[in-house]
Amino acid sequence: MSATSDPDLLTVADSCLVLSHRLSEWMSNAPTMEEDIALGNIALDLLGQARGLLQVLGDEDELAYLRGPQEFRNALMCELPNGDFALTLLRLFFVSAWLESVWPALVTSSSAPDVRGVAEKAIKENAYHLRHASTWVIRLGDGTDESHRRMTEALDALWPYRGDFATSGWYDRIEPVLATATLTTPDRDAWTQRSSGDGWHTEHLGYLLAEMQSLARAHPGAKW
Amino acid sequence: MTNSSSARAWALLEQVPDPEIPVLSVVDLGIVRDAVESEDGHSVVVTLTPTYSGCPATEVIAHDVRATLESSYDHVEVRTQLSPAWTTDWMRPEAREKLHGHGIAPPEGRRSLPLVDVGTPATCPRCGRREVEEIAPFGSTPCKALWRCTICREPFDYFKRH
Repeated sequence: MSATSDPDLLTVADSCLVLSHRLSEWMSNAPTMEEDIALGNIALDLLGQARGLLQVLGDEDELAYLRGPQEFRNALMCELPNGDFALTLLRLFFVSAWLESVWPALVTSSSAPDVRGVAEKAIKENAYHLRHASTWVIRLGDGTDESHRRMTEALDALWPYRGDFATSGWYDRIEPVLATATLTTPDRDAWTQRSSGDGWHTEHLGYLLAEMQSLARAHPGAKW
Repeated sequence: MTNSSSARAWALLEQVPDPEIPVLSVVDLGIVRDAVESEDGHSVVVTLTPTYSGCPATEVIAHDVRATLESSYDHVEVRTQLSPAWTTDWMRPEAREKLHGHGIAPPEGRRSLPLVDVGTPATCPRCGRREVEEIAPFGSTPCKALWRCTICREPFDYFKRH
């Protein structure tokens, strides 16, 4: 399976859902109050986008809360633990740069009006996320020795998980920002993990789902 | 979209506030795309378009719209329409004055701006000066950013152009 800007709908929905959960883990822990609010807002947008697509695909609660890890189709990078603030923002930058081509593709290619509607809205929201993440990648990469070191480590840690995004358009989108951030972009040809499409994941997704799904599984059918 | 037989529905909708910015009604906000009363006047169909994908107010608004209309109609149907996507261009002109009076700078600029350009507040809603700067691109709700006035030093919300 090669990376594409027109991935499976479930891949997009699950990527948004899983990344939303990761961002929500920062709530009350971000370095500043403003950033706590920013990550919360972005998590909410992603959750709304995921819900919109899951509602098209079936029962959103069953899909979100009652599938096991092997049934999820998210891009692997989304499920990695948050690490430090540098890794969280670099990951958001990579995923947003991918979604920047995914959403317009869905607007033009999807036959479902509700998918086009979700995508049309998401284009604007994602542009704002991408700008925010880009700003931080540059600020930290071209910042202090310590912030540069952390961004470099984040880049090394995330690079092997870019396989689900790795189109030439994606590289062209991210490389100028990394250069402005004074970060050295690793080789495009370097080895990478890639979601197999048959439910292969890192060991981290199971723990994430255990937390995200615990309430729904302990109280089946519970209403708010 | 309004017609005379649906005027009653629109008048009722004017009374439904946005739960997070109660100074605006859902009609001011531009999210009511249509309200059509049946010929016998017993039922009404309202079409709403959400502001942001994950805005927690969306479900509250749908609930409040239904509850308000059920006081006057036997049957109320609330539909969600995602496309075309909501934009701040759909806000009514009066909404801008209401926001300003409430201490929130209204959105500036139109859709022809680049996608990520959410505009810049024209003036501080507290003292009216133009010397303002951004504190944070995200705010207390998805639709707002946090700014401050460099003259009176008051922080204020800016309703982002979207």
